[in-house]
Amino acid sequence: MAFFLETLLGGLMAGMLYSLVALGFVLIFKASGVFNFAQGAMVLFAALAMARFAEWIPLHLGITNPVAANVLAFVGAGVVMFVVAWIIERLVLRHLVNQEGTTLLMATLGITYFMEGLGQTIFGSSIYKIDIGMPKDPVMILESTFEGGILINKEDFYAALIAAALVALLSVFFQKTATGRALRAVADDHQAAQSIGIPLNRIWVIVWCVAGVVALVAGMIWGSKLGVQFSLTTVALRALPVVILGGLTSVPGAIVGGLIIGVGEKLSEVYLGPYVGGGIEIWFAYVLALGFLLIRPQGLFGEKIIDRV
Amino acid sequence: MTSKKIGDVILDVKNISLRFGGVKALTDISFDVREHEIRAIIGPNGAGKSSMLNCINGVYAPQDGAITFRGQAFKYMNSHQVATMGIGRTFQNLALFKGMSVLDNIMSGRNLKIKSNILLQALRIGPAEREEIAHREAVERIIDFLEIQAYRKTPVGQLPYGLQKRVDLGRALAMEPQVLLLDEPMAGMNVEEKQDMCRFVLDVNDEFGTTVVLIEHDMGVVMDISDRVVVLDYGKKIGDGTPDEVRNNPDVISAYLGTSH
Repeated sequence: MAFFLETLLGGLMAGMLYSLVALGFVLIFKASGVFNFAQGAMVLFAALAMARFAEWIPLHLGITNPVAANVLAFVGAGVVMFVVAWIIERLVLRHLVNQEGTTLLMATLGITYFMEGLGQTIFGSSIYKIDIGMPKDPVMILESTFEGGILINKEDFYAALIAAALVALLSVFFQKTATGRALRAVADDHQAAQSIGIPLNRIWVIVWCVAGVVALVAGMIWGSKLGVQFSLTTVALRALPVVILGGLTSVPGAIVGGLIIGVGEKLSEVYLGPYVGGGIEIWFAYVLALGFLLIRPQGLFGEKIIDRV
Repeated sequence: MTSKKIGDVILDVKNISLRFGGVKALTDISFDVREHEIRAIIGPNGAGKSSMLNCINGVYAPQDGAITFRGQAFKYMNSHQVATMGIGRTFQNLALFKGMSVLDNIMSGRNLKIKSNILLQALRIGPAEREEIAHREAVERIIDFLEIQAYRKTPVGQLPYGLQKRVDLGRALAMEPQVLLLDEPMAGMNVEEKQDMCRFVLDVNDEFGTTVVLIEHDMGVVMDISDRVVVLDYGKKIGDGTPDEVRNNPDVISAYLGTSH
């Protein structure tokens, strides 16, 4: 029982991190109907900016306090993501209003390659580290309830907490503020949104900014776990099955989808692994997503789109 | 309707021409709208009624001509600016925010009026809360007015067509527009729904003093509720005047009924 719980908790925490990346996809899809291929590149770009700023700030500004340096680096990287969002809207999206979804998708593919190249040109292409002082040592809990207790990875635990806080923040933003309402309105109908005075361009900048900040948080957490390197872009690939499972238009879907995949990966690895020779963790999510595409293509929470002839 | 005071010209459309490639959607259209009146634009299918509305609303940019709103002339503006100036509209094919509740849809019409800081809004404190409450009260008045109290929290996508049309009107009313553009508000409705909608349009005009420009297919409805009527046919203006004048205009009769050759 203790072992099962340990696996389950490990899966939930890993799942929270998948959700974080998936959230970036969902935000942009909701507000502009674009599947943003560049989300992975944005994660890398943001993580690179943060890692390098954290290096440069003590060097050039003389701020040696690690907390202050990290906070400054985070804010700096946030500003960079804001500028990126603004430039993308100005140079790309503005000219593609009312174009087909495929056109926009191809545009985000272009943005992907551009950002990967630009990020490594500006910030360098070695492996960097982000050290936000997360404790690496595991901790035992519930020792009195179970024999031997449950081993929890503290780093994963804090990462999951940060992710959960961000998700809560975003839900409040979407549900309780006028801007959030405007974002939902734009997602539903561009023309009607404009007719009541919602400026499309500004909304797009806002949504890409929010997606940029989500990418930054994801990049920070994944970067501190794995190191900031090019392979960080593949984190986005891990999040693809999550959005297929949860539905492209649903924020709660991204969370639940992430948790299901995180838990599913870990449990299947532990309990099914021995029978098929292991390695399930790598392909489990994709097979699950494939199954969903066959049975429920709109995902668990996605809007069911009925096309009328 | 005798008690109503019709004011000065609020919206003046001058020599508007609109082409899509070789297709002439509108040719040299001029008419004016006076404050507090109900002005109808009628015409057979493809006459250019919706195109005309979309020009006023800033969706299309006419190649020639100008539109003057409250003394300010503009050749082309985007929809956002038009909304800011106080022109609201509804849509022929419903363009509601389907995933959102009736309340949220109508609240979104007040977005331009919400001024408080986004952080205060999220936390619901101080001035932001008072502002939210004030806007909510205004929205509740609209919900009462349109008699859709029972559907406040229902996602609009689930409502029957006639009620969705009301929500569309409600969202436009929430902007407190000076001019309200209605694109076929009664299209696809049964007789009862049409009567309800007529009543709402008349009440809006009467109680709030809102100037109404409406496009309609149903001649009966138009003649009953409007003060003056513009008739379009193949993108050209063929008639303009009171319902009685228009009814007896030979050009209008031939456009609607055809002529013998």
